[in-house]
Amino acid sequence: MDFVINSLPLYWEGALLTIRLTVFGAALAFVLAVVVGTLGTMRNKAARAVAMVYTEVFRGVAALVLLFWFGNSLQEITGFRLETEFAAILALGLNVGAYGAEVVRSSINAVPRAQTEASIALNMTWWRRTRLVVFPQAWAQMLPTFGNLVIELMKATAIVSLIGLTDLTKVADDFRASAVADTFTVYSVALVGYFLFAQVLIVLVRLLERRANRKLGRPTDDSLLGLLRPPSIGTTTGGAR
Amino acid sequence: MEPGNEPLIKFDKVVKKFGDNVVLDGLDLDVNAGERVTLIGPSGSGKTTILRLLMTLEHVNGGTIWVGGKPFSHMYRGDQLVPANEKYLREHRKTIGMVFQQFNLFPNMTVRKNVTEGPVHSLGVPKEEASERAVELLEMVGLADKIDAHPTQLSGGQQQRVAIARALAMRPEILLLDEVTSALDPELVAGVLDVLREIARGTDITMLCVTHEMGFARDVSDRVFMFDAGRIAESGPPEQIFGDPREDRTKSFLKAVLEHE
Repeated sequence: MDFVINSLPLYWEGALLTIRLTVFGAALAFVLAVVVGTLGTMRNKAARAVAMVYTEVFRGVAALVLLFWFGNSLQEITGFRLETEFAAILALGLNVGAYGAEVVRSSINAVPRAQTEASIALNMTWWRRTRLVVFPQAWAQMLPTFGNLVIELMKATAIVSLIGLTDLTKVADDFRASAVADTFTVYSVALVGYFLFAQVLIVLVRLLERRANRKLGRPTDDSLLGLLRPPSIGTTTGGAR
Repeated sequence: MEPGNEPLIKFDKVVKKFGDNVVLDGLDLDVNAGERVTLIGPSGSGKTTILRLLMTLEHVNGGTIWVGGKPFSHMYRGDQLVPANEKYLREHRKTIGMVFQQFNLFPNMTVRKNVTEGPVHSLGVPKEEASERAVELLEMVGLADKIDAHPTQLSGGQQQRVAIARALAMRPEILLLDEVTSALDPELVAGVLDVLREIARGTDITMLCVTHEMGFARDVSDRVFMFDAGRIAESGPPEQIFGDPREDRTKSFLKAVLEHE
Protein backbone atom coordinates (compact mmCIF):
# COMPACT_ATOMS: atom_id res chain seq x y z
CA MET A 1 0.00 0.00 0.00
CA ASP A 2 2.88 2.31 0.83
CA PHE A 3 4.19 1.74 -2.64
CA VAL A 4 0.89 2.76 -4.19
CA ILE A 5 0.67 5.99 -2.19
CA ASN A 6 4.29 6.94 -2.71
CA SER A 7 4.29 6.16 -6.39
CA LEU A 8 1.05 7.97 -7.19
CA PRO A 9 2.76 11.26 -8.19
CA LEU A 10 4.82 9.37 -10.79
CA TYR A 11 1.79 7.48 -12.03
CA TRP A 12 -0.01 10.82 -12.28
CA GLU A 13 2.76 12.27 -14.42
CA GLY A 14 2.39 9.36 -16.82
CA ALA A 15 -1.37 9.69 -16.67
CA LEU A 16 -1.13 13.35 -17.65
CA LEU A 17 0.55 12.34 -20.90
CA THR A 18 -2.13 9.69 -21.47
CA ILE A 19 -4.79 12.36 -20.94
CA ARG A 20 -3.02 14.85 -23.20
CA LEU A 21 -2.67 12.30 -25.99
CA THR A 22 -6.33 11.34 -25.57
CA VAL A 23 -7.60 14.92 -25.67
CA PHE A 24 -5.52 16.10 -28.62
CA GLY A 25 -5.79 12.79 -30.45
CA ALA A 26 -9.56 12.86 -30.06
CA ALA A 27 -9.72 16.50 -31.18
CA LEU A 28 -7.76 15.68 -34.34
CA ALA A 29 -9.82 12.52 -34.93
CA PHE A 30 -13.06 14.48 -34.47
CA VAL A 31 -12.16 17.20 -36.96
CA LEU A 32 -10.99 14.62 -39.51
CA ALA A 33 -14.07 12.48 -38.96
CA VAL A 34 -16.49 15.38 -39.48
CA VAL A 35 -14.71 16.81 -42.52
CA VAL A 36 -13.95 13.50 -44.24
CA GLY A 37 -17.25 11.91 -43.24
CA THR A 38 -19.15 14.87 -44.71
CA LEU A 39 -17.09 14.72 -47.91
CA GLY A 40 -18.15 11.08 -48.16
CA THR A 41 -21.81 12.08 -48.34
CA MET A 42 -21.37 14.56 -51.18
CA ARG A 43 -22.47 13.92 -54.72
CA ASN A 44 -19.15 15.27 -56.02
CA LYS A 45 -17.02 12.29 -57.08
CA ALA A 46 -13.69 13.92 -56.21
CA ALA A 47 -14.91 14.65 -52.67
CA ARG A 48 -16.03 11.08 -52.24
CA ALA A 49 -12.74 9.76 -53.61
CA VAL A 50 -10.74 11.82 -51.12
CA ALA A 51 -12.92 10.50 -48.30
CA MET A 52 -12.57 6.92 -49.46
CA VAL A 53 -8.79 7.04 -49.84
CA TYR A 54 -8.30 8.58 -46.40
CA THR A 55 -10.67 6.16 -44.70
CA GLU A 56 -9.34 3.03 -46.31
CA VAL A 57 -5.67 3.95 -45.85
CA PHE A 58 -5.82 4.94 -42.22
CA ARG A 59 -8.33 2.33 -41.18
CA GLY A 60 -6.29 -0.33 -42.89
CA VAL A 61 -2.89 0.30 -41.30
CA ALA A 62 -1.93 -0.75 -37.78
CA ALA A 63 -1.84 2.19 -35.38
CA LEU A 64 1.42 0.87 -33.97
CA VAL A 65 3.16 0.81 -37.33
CA LEU A 66 1.78 4.25 -38.12
CA LEU A 67 3.25 5.42 -34.82
CA PHE A 68 6.70 4.01 -35.71
CA TRP A 69 6.39 5.54 -39.15
CA PHE A 70 5.67 9.04 -37.89
CA GLY A 71 8.13 8.66 -35.02
CA ASN A 72 11.05 7.23 -36.99
CA SER A 73 10.63 6.67 -40.70
CA LEU A 74 9.41 10.13 -41.61
CA GLN A 75 12.72 11.61 -40.53
CA GLU A 76 14.66 9.28 -42.76
CA ILE A 77 12.90 10.30 -45.95
CA THR A 78 12.27 13.99 -45.24
CA GLY A 79 14.99 14.81 -42.75
CA PHE A 80 12.27 16.46 -40.75
CA ARG A 81 11.82 15.22 -37.22
CA LEU A 82 8.39 15.38 -35.66
CA GLU A 83 8.29 16.02 -31.99
CA THR A 84 7.59 12.58 -30.48
CA GLU A 85 4.42 13.56 -28.69
CA PHE A 86 3.10 15.24 -31.83
CA ALA A 87 3.90 12.11 -33.84
CA ALA A 88 1.87 10.05 -31.37
CA ILE A 89 -1.12 12.43 -31.59
CA LEU A 90 -0.91 12.36 -35.37
CA ALA A 91 -0.81 8.56 -35.56
CA LEU A 92 -3.70 8.07 -33.13
CA GLY A 93 -5.82 10.91 -34.53
CA LEU A 94 -5.42 9.79 -38.14
CA ASN A 95 -6.22 6.20 -37.26
CA VAL A 96 -9.30 6.83 -35.13
CA GLY A 97 -10.42 9.65 -37.43
CA ALA A 98 -10.79 7.08 -40.21
CA TYR A 99 -13.23 5.05 -38.11
CA GLY A 100 -15.00 8.24 -37.06
CA ALA A 101 -15.39 9.36 -40.67
CA GLU A 102 -17.39 6.21 -41.39
CA VAL A 103 -19.60 6.94 -38.38
CA VAL A 104 -20.21 10.51 -39.56
CA ARG A 105 -20.88 9.41 -43.12
CA SER A 106 -23.37 6.71 -42.17
CA SER A 107 -25.11 8.93 -39.59
CA ILE A 108 -25.58 11.72 -42.12
CA ASN A 109 -26.90 9.22 -44.65
CA ALA A 110 -29.31 7.88 -42.02
CA VAL A 111 -31.06 11.24 -41.66
CA PRO A 112 -34.29 10.75 -43.61
CA ARG A 113 -34.17 12.01 -47.19
CA ALA A 114 -37.44 13.81 -46.44
CA GLN A 115 -35.54 16.24 -44.22
CA THR A 116 -33.30 17.19 -47.12
CA GLU A 117 -36.35 17.58 -49.35
CA ALA A 118 -38.01 19.90 -46.85
CA SER A 119 -34.90 22.08 -46.78
CA ILE A 120 -34.80 22.17 -50.59
CA ALA A 121 -38.42 23.30 -50.53
CA LEU A 122 -37.20 26.18 -48.34
CA ASN A 123 -34.52 26.84 -50.96
CA MET A 124 -31.61 26.33 -48.56
CA THR A 125 -28.09 25.95 -49.92
CA TRP A 126 -26.18 22.69 -49.39
CA TRP A 127 -24.12 24.30 -46.66
CA ARG A 128 -27.11 25.70 -44.74
CA ARG A 129 -29.04 22.49 -45.13
CA THR A 130 -26.14 20.42 -43.81
CA ARG A 131 -25.36 22.78 -40.95
CA LEU A 132 -28.90 23.60 -39.81
CA VAL A 133 -30.92 20.51 -40.63
CA VAL A 134 -28.94 17.38 -41.42
CA PHE A 135 -25.91 17.53 -39.15
CA PRO A 136 -27.76 18.34 -35.91
CA GLN A 137 -29.93 15.27 -36.48
CA ALA A 138 -27.01 13.05 -37.45
CA TRP A 139 -25.12 14.28 -34.38
CA ALA A 140 -27.43 12.46 -31.95
CA GLN A 141 -26.81 9.29 -33.88
CA MET A 142 -23.02 9.65 -33.98
CA LEU A 143 -22.50 10.22 -30.28
CA PRO A 144 -22.84 6.67 -28.90
CA THR A 145 -20.29 5.37 -31.39
CA PHE A 146 -18.04 8.37 -30.82
CA GLY A 147 -18.08 7.36 -27.15
CA ASN A 148 -16.69 3.96 -28.09
CA LEU A 149 -14.08 5.44 -30.36
CA VAL A 150 -12.73 7.94 -27.84
CA ILE A 151 -12.31 5.12 -25.31
CA GLU A 152 -10.58 3.01 -27.94
CA LEU A 153 -8.29 5.94 -28.63
CA MET A 154 -7.54 6.43 -24.94
CA LYS A 155 -6.57 2.78 -24.58
CA ALA A 156 -4.54 2.86 -27.79
CA THR A 157 -2.33 5.55 -26.23
CA ALA A 158 -0.75 2.67 -24.25
CA ILE A 159 1.48 1.91 -27.25
CA VAL A 160 3.32 5.25 -27.23
CA SER A 161 6.07 4.03 -24.89
CA LEU A 162 7.36 2.19 -27.95
CA ILE A 163 8.57 5.48 -29.42
CA GLY A 164 9.98 6.59 -26.10
CA LEU A 165 7.13 8.44 -24.41
CA THR A 166 6.41 7.98 -20.72
CA ASP A 167 2.68 7.45 -20.35
CA LEU A 168 0.72 5.61 -17.68
CA THR A 169 1.67 2.18 -19.04
CA LYS A 170 5.34 3.09 -19.31
CA VAL A 171 5.40 4.30 -15.68
CA ALA A 172 3.96 0.98 -14.53
CA ASP A 173 6.41 -0.92 -16.68
CA ASP A 174 9.34 1.05 -15.27
CA PHE A 175 8.24 0.19 -11.74
CA ARG A 176 8.16 -3.45 -12.71
CA ALA A 177 11.59 -3.25 -14.30
CA SER A 178 13.09 -1.62 -11.23
CA ALA A 179 11.42 -4.25 -9.06
CA VAL A 180 10.18 -1.78 -6.45
CA ALA A 181 6.89 -3.66 -6.26
CA ASP A 182 5.35 -6.85 -7.55
CA THR A 183 4.03 -6.94 -11.10
CA PHE A 184 0.49 -7.52 -9.85
CA THR A 185 0.46 -4.19 -8.03
CA VAL A 186 2.24 -2.04 -10.59
CA TYR A 187 -0.08 -3.05 -13.43
CA SER A 188 -3.22 -3.04 -11.28
CA VAL A 189 -2.72 0.65 -10.53
CA ALA A 190 -2.46 1.34 -14.26
CA LEU A 191 -5.55 -0.74 -14.99
CA VAL A 192 -7.59 1.20 -12.45
CA GLY A 193 -6.31 4.45 -13.96
CA TYR A 194 -7.46 3.50 -17.48
CA PHE A 195 -10.79 2.30 -16.12
CA LEU A 196 -11.43 5.60 -14.35
CA PHE A 197 -10.54 7.64 -17.44
CA ALA A 198 -12.93 5.52 -19.47
CA GLN A 199 -15.73 6.21 -16.99
CA VAL A 200 -15.09 9.95 -17.19
CA LEU A 201 -15.22 9.77 -21.00
CA ILE A 202 -18.44 7.76 -20.91
CA VAL A 203 -20.13 10.29 -18.63
CA LEU A 204 -19.04 13.19 -20.84
CA VAL A 205 -20.39 11.52 -23.97
CA ARG A 206 -23.66 10.63 -22.22
CA LEU A 207 -24.09 14.27 -21.23
CA LEU A 208 -23.65 15.27 -24.86
CA GLU A 209 -26.11 12.56 -25.91
CA ARG A 210 -28.72 13.89 -23.49
CA ARG A 211 -28.31 17.40 -24.77
CA ALA A 212 -28.55 16.24 -28.39
CA ASN A 213 -31.68 14.19 -27.73
CA ARG A 214 -33.32 17.00 -25.80
CA LYS A 215 -32.73 19.29 -28.78
CA LEU A 216 -34.53 16.77 -30.97
CA GLY A 217 -37.46 16.77 -28.52
CA ARG A 218 -36.83 13.17 -27.51
CA PRO A 219 -37.38 11.86 -23.99
CA THR A 220 -34.18 11.66 -21.93
CA ASP A 221 -33.35 9.85 -18.70
CA ASP A 222 -32.14 12.73 -16.54
CA SER A 223 -31.10 10.76 -13.47
CA LEU A 224 -27.49 10.81 -12.29
CA LEU A 225 -27.35 7.02 -12.46
CA GLY A 226 -28.49 7.26 -16.07
CA LEU A 227 -25.08 8.66 -16.91
CA LEU A 228 -23.40 5.38 -16.01
CA ARG A 229 -25.73 2.93 -17.67
CA PRO A 230 -26.63 2.65 -21.31
CA PRO A 231 -29.70 4.68 -22.30
CA SER A 232 -32.89 2.68 -22.58
CA ILE A 233 -34.23 1.74 -25.98
CA GLY A 234 -36.01 4.58 -27.69
CA THR A 235 -33.97 7.43 -26.27
CA THR A 236 -31.07 7.35 -28.70
CA THR A 237 -32.39 5.86 -31.88
CA GLY A 238 -31.44 8.15 -34.74
CA GLY A 239 -33.38 9.83 -37.47
CA ALA A 240 -36.32 12.13 -37.40
CA ARG A 241 -39.83 11.15 -36.73
CA MET B 1 -47.99 34.52 -76.91
CA GLU B 2 -49.53 37.43 -75.01
CA PRO B 3 -48.14 37.65 -71.48
CA GLY B 4 -51.66 37.73 -70.11
CA ASN B 5 -52.62 34.45 -71.73
CA GLU B 6 -49.52 32.58 -70.87
CA PRO B 7 -49.96 29.81 -68.31
CA LEU B 8 -47.95 30.21 -65.10
CA ILE B 9 -46.89 26.57 -65.16
CA LYS B 10 -46.44 24.62 -68.35
CA PHE B 11 -45.39 20.99 -68.69
CA ASP B 12 -44.29 20.39 -72.26
CA LYS B 13 -44.08 16.68 -73.19
CA VAL B 14 -42.54 15.87 -69.83
CA VAL B 15 -41.13 12.38 -69.38
CA LYS B 16 -40.13 11.00 -66.01
CA LYS B 17 -38.81 7.50 -65.47
CA PHE B 18 -37.64 5.67 -62.40
CA GLY B 19 -35.45 2.95 -63.87
CA ASP B 20 -37.61 1.15 -66.39
CA ASN B 21 -40.79 2.46 -64.84
CA VAL B 22 -42.17 5.32 -66.95
CA VAL B 23 -44.15 7.48 -64.52
CA LEU B 24 -44.91 10.40 -66.82
CA ASP B 25 -45.04 9.69 -70.51
CA GLY B 26 -44.93 12.91 -72.51
CA LEU B 27 -47.21 14.89 -70.21
CA ASP B 28 -48.64 18.25 -71.26
CA LEU B 29 -50.19 20.31 -68.49
CA ASP B 30 -50.97 24.00 -68.06
CA VAL B 31 -51.87 25.83 -64.89
CA ASN B 32 -52.81 29.50 -64.91
CA ALA B 33 -51.76 32.07 -62.34
CA GLY B 34 -54.05 32.05 -59.32
CA GLU B 35 -55.71 28.82 -60.37
CA ARG B 36 -56.52 26.09 -57.83
CA VAL B 37 -55.89 22.74 -59.38
CA THR B 38 -56.51 19.31 -57.90
CA LEU B 39 -54.82 16.17 -59.11
CA ILE B 40 -56.73 12.97 -58.44
CA GLY B 41 -56.24 9.41 -59.55
CA PRO B 42 -54.97 6.04 -58.36
CA SER B 43 -51.62 5.60 -56.60
CA GLY B 44 -48.67 5.46 -58.96
CA SER B 45 -50.45 7.48 -61.64
CA GLY B 46 -47.82 10.25 -61.46
CA LYS B 47 -49.64 12.94 -59.46
CA THR B 48 -47.04 13.31 -56.74
CA THR B 49 -44.23 13.15 -59.31
CA ILE B 50 -45.62 16.32 -60.90
CA LEU B 51 -45.33 18.19 -57.60
CA ARG B 52 -41.87 16.77 -56.93
CA LEU B 53 -40.69 17.86 -60.38
CA LEU B 54 -41.96 21.38 -59.69
CA MET B 55 -40.18 21.46 -56.33
CA THR B 56 -37.01 20.22 -58.13
CA LEU B 57 -36.86 17.16 -55.90
CA GLU B 58 -36.86 15.13 -59.11
CA HIS B 59 -35.58 16.05 -62.55
CA VAL B 60 -37.18 15.41 -65.92
CA ASN B 61 -35.90 12.74 -68.29
CA GLY B 62 -37.48 14.42 -71.27
CA GLY B 63 -39.51 17.48 -72.21
CA THR B 64 -39.40 20.83 -70.43
CA ILE B 65 -41.17 22.51 -67.55
CA TRP B 66 -41.82 26.26 -67.86
CA VAL B 67 -42.74 28.56 -65.01
CA GLY B 68 -43.73 32.19 -65.51
CA GLY B 69 -42.86 31.98 -69.19
CA LYS B 70 -39.25 30.98 -68.45
CA PRO B 71 -37.67 27.56 -68.67
CA PHE B 72 -37.64 25.95 -65.24
CA SER B 73 -36.35 22.41 -65.62
CA HIS B 74 -33.89 23.78 -68.15
CA MET B 75 -31.94 26.97 -68.73
CA TYR B 76 -30.62 28.74 -71.77
CA ARG B 77 -26.98 28.35 -72.70
CA GLY B 78 -26.74 30.61 -75.71
CA ASP B 79 -30.02 29.74 -77.37
CA GLN B 80 -29.80 26.06 -76.43
CA LEU B 81 -31.92 24.64 -73.61
CA VAL B 82 -29.77 22.60 -71.25
CA PRO B 83 -30.74 20.99 -67.92
CA ALA B 84 -30.81 23.68 -65.22
CA ASN B 85 -27.91 23.75 -62.78
CA GLU B 86 -28.24 24.13 -59.02
CA LYS B 87 -27.65 27.89 -59.10
CA TYR B 88 -30.40 28.40 -61.67
CA LEU B 89 -32.79 26.16 -59.74
CA ARG B 90 -32.14 28.08 -56.53
CA GLU B 91 -32.97 31.33 -58.25
CA HIS B 92 -36.16 30.01 -59.83
CA ARG B 93 -37.69 27.76 -57.18
CA LYS B 94 -37.89 30.70 -54.75
CA THR B 95 -41.48 31.27 -55.80
CA ILE B 96 -42.57 27.70 -55.03
CA GLY B 97 -43.49 26.20 -51.67
CA MET B 98 -44.43 22.66 -50.75
CA VAL B 99 -46.26 20.86 -47.96
CA PHE B 100 -45.52 17.16 -47.59
CA GLN B 101 -47.62 14.15 -46.68
CA GLN B 102 -45.40 13.38 -43.69
CA PHE B 103 -45.04 17.06 -42.64
CA ASN B 104 -41.21 16.82 -42.58
CA LEU B 105 -40.79 19.43 -39.87
CA PHE B 106 -37.23 19.78 -38.60
CA PRO B 107 -37.18 17.93 -35.25
CA ASN B 108 -34.08 19.79 -34.07
CA MET B 109 -35.84 23.16 -34.16
CA THR B 110 -38.71 24.75 -32.30
CA VAL B 111 -41.87 25.63 -34.21
CA ARG B 112 -40.68 29.24 -34.46
CA LYS B 113 -37.33 28.18 -35.97
CA ASN B 114 -39.06 25.84 -38.39
CA VAL B 115 -41.05 28.76 -39.72
CA THR B 116 -38.27 31.38 -39.71
CA GLU B 117 -35.18 29.47 -40.96
CA GLY B 118 -36.29 29.46 -44.59
CA PRO B 119 -37.01 33.21 -44.89
CA VAL B 120 -33.93 34.16 -42.83
CA HIS B 121 -31.44 31.94 -44.64
CA SER B 122 -32.85 31.68 -48.15
CA LEU B 123 -34.51 35.07 -48.61
CA GLY B 124 -32.35 37.18 -46.29
CA VAL B 125 -35.33 38.41 -44.26
CA PRO B 126 -34.17 40.01 -40.96
CA LYS B 127 -34.73 37.71 -37.97
CA GLU B 128 -37.11 40.12 -36.21
CA GLU B 129 -39.29 40.46 -39.24
CA ALA B 130 -39.33 36.72 -39.90
CA SER B 131 -40.30 36.10 -36.30
CA GLU B 132 -43.19 38.58 -36.45
CA ARG B 133 -44.40 36.98 -39.64
CA ALA B 134 -44.12 33.54 -37.99
CA VAL B 135 -46.41 34.72 -35.20
CA GLU B 136 -48.95 35.99 -37.75
CA LEU B 137 -48.89 32.76 -39.72
CA LEU B 138 -49.13 30.60 -36.63
CA GLU B 139 -52.11 32.65 -35.51
CA MET B 140 -53.70 32.00 -38.88
CA VAL B 141 -53.26 28.23 -38.48
CA GLY B 142 -54.40 28.44 -34.85
CA LEU B 143 -51.10 27.49 -33.21
CA ALA B 144 -49.68 30.76 -31.89
CA ASP B 145 -49.44 29.22 -28.41
CA LYS B 146 -47.17 26.43 -29.72
CA ILE B 147 -44.50 28.74 -31.08
CA ASP B 148 -41.82 27.53 -28.66
CA ALA B 149 -42.83 23.86 -28.73
CA HIS B 150 -40.85 21.10 -30.41
CA PRO B 151 -42.46 19.27 -33.33
CA THR B 152 -42.47 16.02 -31.32
CA GLN B 153 -44.80 17.66 -28.79
CA LEU B 154 -47.44 18.32 -31.45
CA SER B 155 -50.13 16.11 -32.91
CA GLY B 156 -49.96 15.20 -36.58
CA GLY B 157 -52.60 17.77 -37.45
CA GLN B 158 -50.74 20.47 -35.56
CA GLN B 159 -47.46 19.50 -37.23
CA GLN B 160 -49.08 19.73 -40.61
CA ARG B 161 -50.49 23.18 -39.85
CA VAL B 162 -47.01 24.32 -38.80
CA ALA B 163 -45.70 22.88 -42.08
CA ILE B 164 -48.28 24.98 -43.96
CA ALA B 165 -47.18 28.09 -42.04
CA ARG B 166 -43.56 27.22 -42.84
CA ALA B 167 -44.31 27.00 -46.56
CA LEU B 168 -46.29 30.28 -46.52
CA ALA B 169 -43.47 32.08 -44.69
CA MET B 170 -41.52 31.89 -47.96
CA ARG B 171 -44.30 33.96 -49.61
CA PRO B 172 -44.68 31.49 -52.47
CA GLU B 173 -46.59 32.25 -55.66
CA ILE B 174 -47.17 28.55 -56.14
CA LEU B 175 -48.08 26.19 -53.31
CA LEU B 176 -47.74 22.44 -53.78
CA LEU B 177 -49.80 20.25 -51.45
CA ASP B 178 -48.85 16.58 -51.57
CA GLU B 179 -51.56 14.47 -49.92
CA VAL B 180 -51.29 16.69 -46.88
CA THR B 181 -54.07 14.96 -44.92
CA SER B 182 -53.28 11.33 -45.84
CA ALA B 183 -51.08 10.71 -42.80
CA LEU B 184 -53.52 12.25 -40.33
CA ASP B 185 -55.99 10.67 -37.95
CA PRO B 186 -59.50 11.23 -39.35
CA GLU B 187 -60.52 13.73 -36.65
CA LEU B 188 -57.52 15.96 -37.45
CA VAL B 189 -58.18 16.21 -41.18
CA ALA B 190 -60.86 18.88 -40.96
CA GLY B 191 -58.62 21.36 -39.11
CA VAL B 192 -55.95 21.15 -41.81
CA LEU B 193 -58.46 21.41 -44.67
CA ASP B 194 -60.04 24.48 -43.01
CA VAL B 195 -56.65 26.19 -43.03
CA LEU B 196 -56.23 25.38 -46.71
CA ARG B 197 -59.71 26.69 -47.54
CA GLU B 198 -58.78 29.86 -45.69
CA ILE B 199 -55.64 30.23 -47.82
CA ALA B 200 -57.64 29.59 -50.99
CA ARG B 201 -60.15 32.27 -49.95
CA GLY B 202 -57.74 34.89 -48.64
CA THR B 203 -54.83 34.78 -51.12
CA ASP B 204 -54.23 34.51 -54.83
CA ILE B 205 -51.56 31.82 -54.49
CA THR B 206 -51.64 29.27 -57.28
CA MET B 207 -52.33 25.90 -55.68
CA LEU B 208 -51.66 22.38 -56.91
CA CYS B 209 -53.14 19.74 -54.62
CA VAL B 210 -52.73 16.02 -54.80
CA THR B 211 -55.53 14.73 -52.61
CA HIS B 212 -57.94 11.93 -51.91
CA GLU B 213 -60.31 14.34 -50.14
CA MET B 214 -62.93 14.65 -52.85
CA GLY B 215 -65.10 17.07 -50.86
CA PHE B 216 -62.18 19.44 -50.50
CA ALA B 217 -61.30 19.06 -54.17
CA ARG B 218 -64.85 19.97 -55.13
CA ASP B 219 -64.87 23.03 -52.84
CA VAL B 220 -61.61 24.75 -53.68
CA SER B 221 -60.66 23.64 -57.21
CA ASP B 222 -61.06 25.60 -60.37
CA ARG B 223 -60.03 22.54 -62.31
CA VAL B 224 -59.59 18.87 -61.53
CA PHE B 225 -57.19 16.60 -63.36
CA MET B 226 -57.90 12.88 -63.32
CA PHE B 227 -54.64 10.95 -63.76
CA ASP B 228 -54.19 7.42 -64.90
CA ALA B 229 -50.89 5.71 -65.71
CA GLY B 230 -48.90 8.91 -66.20
CA ARG B 231 -51.45 10.59 -68.43
CA ILE B 232 -54.36 12.92 -67.88
CA ALA B 233 -57.42 10.76 -68.40
CA GLU B 234 -59.79 13.69 -68.05
CA SER B 235 -59.80 17.26 -66.80
CA GLY B 236 -62.40 19.90 -66.20
CA PRO B 237 -64.21 21.97 -63.60
CA PRO B 238 -65.09 20.00 -60.44
CA GLU B 239 -68.83 20.05 -61.24
CA GLN B 240 -68.14 18.17 -64.43
CA ILE B 241 -65.56 15.70 -63.12
CA PHE B 242 -67.55 14.82 -60.02
CA GLY B 243 -71.04 15.34 -61.45
CA ASP B 244 -70.76 14.11 -64.98
CA PRO B 245 -67.47 12.29 -65.64
CA ARG B 246 -67.00 11.23 -69.26
CA GLU B 247 -64.27 8.65 -68.99
CA ASP B 248 -64.89 5.19 -67.63
CA ARG B 249 -61.61 5.35 -65.76
CA THR B 250 -62.78 8.46 -63.91
CA LYS B 251 -66.15 6.92 -63.15
CA SER B 252 -64.68 3.74 -61.70
CA PHE B 253 -62.07 5.67 -59.70
CA LEU B 254 -64.63 8.06 -58.21
CA LYS B 255 -66.99 5.21 -57.45
CA ALA B 256 -64.26 3.36 -55.55
CA VAL B 257 -63.13 6.46 -53.64
CA LEU B 258 -66.58 7.80 -52.78
CA GLU B 259 -67.89 4.41 -51.69
CA HIS B 260 -64.99 4.29 -49.28
CA GLU B 261 -65.99 7.64 -47.80
